[in-house]
Amino acid sequence: MKPFREFLIFERSRPGKIGCPLPELDVPEIDLTESLPEMVRDELDVFPEVSEVEVVRHFTRLSQWNFGIDQGMYPLGSCTMKHNPRINEAMAALPGLAGAHPLARPRHIQGCLALIHELQTYLSDITGLPHCSTQPAAGAHGEFTGILLIKALLDHKGEKRTTVIVPDSAHGTNPATASLCGFDVKEVPSDERGCVDVAKLAQMIDDQTAGMMITNPNTLGIFETHIREIADMLHAKGAYLYMDGANMNALVGKTKPGDMGVDVLHLNLHKTFSTPHGGGGPGAGPICCTAELAPFLPKPWVTQLEDGSYTWQHDCPDSMGKVHGWYGQFGVLVRALTWILTLGREGLVRHTEHAVLNNNYLRKMLEPHYEIPFKAPTLHETVFNDKRQQIHGVSTMDIAKSLLDYGFHPPTVYFPLVVHGALMVEPTETESRGELNRFARALIDIAERSASDPESVRNGPLTTQIQRADETTAARYPVLRWLPEQKES
Amino acid sequence: MYPSEYRYTKDHEWVKVEGDFAMIGITDHAQHQLGDIVFVELPEDGSTFSAGDEFGTVESVKAVAEVYMPITGEVTEINEDLEERPELVNERPHDDGWLIRVRITDPSELDELMDAEAYESFVEEESK
Repeated sequence: MKPFREFLIFERSRPGKIGCPLPELDVPEIDLTESLPEMVRDELDVFPEVSEVEVVRHFTRLSQWNFGIDQGMYPLGSCTMKHNPRINEAMAALPGLAGAHPLARPRHIQGCLALIHELQTYLSDITGLPHCSTQPAAGAHGEFTGILLIKALLDHKGEKRTTVIVPDSAHGTNPATASLCGFDVKEVPSDERGCVDVAKLAQMIDDQTAGMMITNPNTLGIFETHIREIADMLHAKGAYLYMDGANMNALVGKTKPGDMGVDVLHLNLHKTFSTPHGGGGPGAGPICCTAELAPFLPKPWVTQLEDGSYTWQHDCPDSMGKVHGWYGQFGVLVRALTWILTLGREGLVRHTEHAVLNNNYLRKMLEPHYEIPFKAPTLHETVFNDKRQQIHGVSTMDIAKSLLDYGFHPPTVYFPLVVHGALMVEPTETESRGELNRFARALIDIAERSASDPESVRNGPLTTQIQRADETTAARYPVLRWLPEQKES
Repeated sequence: MYPSEYRYTKDHEWVKVEGDFAMIGITDHAQHQLGDIVFVELPEDGSTFSAGDEFGTVESVKAVAEVYMPITGEVTEINEDLEERPELVNERPHDDGWLIRVRITDPSELDELMDAEAYESFVEEESK
């Protein structure tokens, strides 16, 4: 039997089909190519003409073949794929919040302004950094804003510093951010524990160093125990410490980056604060910073007046300007505040503890079966690799693909780059002990099959709609858009 | 395995000397570690680099890797075939999959690179 093939919505198109009948035109028809010639994109000559039921079925089928956090455990290391509580959605859908217009006058949207102000206060409290901007729309956007903030301060001081230091275990967005902000990137190696090599770092910091970007705990899940020392070394040379808050899920309520000497950091609300990721997003990447950096934060700022009311402060002479239209991803901010208020201080601490406990529970179960290249204790995630499976010709990619047959999303693979064949597992606090046991059994089963029947692991997954996509050809010869001549009958 | 007349770096590039010129590529070990290569970014003809400078990137399905100059030199030719067929780096890393050709600035720098035997034991040591 030929497997079912889902045609593209363009391929389903039949001339004249419509999804929703419109009433007859009762005004003079206007030719768009004449009235708005510069707006007409003539390369888009074909739009799909399909019925409503075809659209609904097409996209529902595609969504069923996808794998999301609502379907199962999604231990994608460094991404913190935790459950998105439905109460967050209910709050974000409240008409007063969902329907608020960005052009509304402050006196008409006091609740919205109070909400942003309250969230910023909590985020400042959690990070130990007194000032906050909720404008950046994602983690990398927060990084960008944070490094611009350091640049703005240096410019203000009349200093032209050229380099930003980044560890070799960093997220790729770190060097990209520094580079986009006009800095040269210097890479500091990891030591044997998997942490920043402090001795090497000391040699790298000089009067050209604008700052360093560090992730703590780092991408190996290991706490950078020398962070305070690193901050002091930087500060002594007039440089600043940026912290990538991607892994804050391991720290909330336990320790504060401000106490570690961090000058500015971003938080991923779609990781630590349980708002949806990516396609389910948008995300938000607020930044928190010290008083020294605060004057340069994106404007406008939400401020509380003496009478207790809130307003937008546009008069911020040193501000870097805007980094987002209007005021950031407001709906995401509502969800994150809901999460904080639902849990309260004790609840947030408990979640952090469970995230770390879950990871270490999994680590203990998997340790006999998978190699852990860096043995130091880990917090919220652990990086394994395929060293023991390679002997049988089974790679990290095979293990990741085969996991789909057990109903789990694969972990992050081949990252961080300091680990060969990395499998980066982050269970988050969402998963129950039973689910962690099932996940561990699946990975152990794959390890056993790698020895007894490696071919079967190399062939996985077998139960998914698409098995092994030809990623190489897709990357080498990408077809980025459909054209009518590609239409199949 | 590794051509004996080539010289090698710890970053897994090779150098083949041809008079005043040198061909530069990545080793079979490097291509194997990267997996299927999907894109190669190379510098412009005429650009000059010092030994240790990054001169391009090799992108595979798994990772993006920088490639570094084994020696100082001026780029006189790049392997244009790689634009259409990046897989050449996987298939024939030591010849058709070469990356750039350079005019050698200082031949004495070649002495600091490894010969095939030394490189082979370096790779063995590194993968332990």
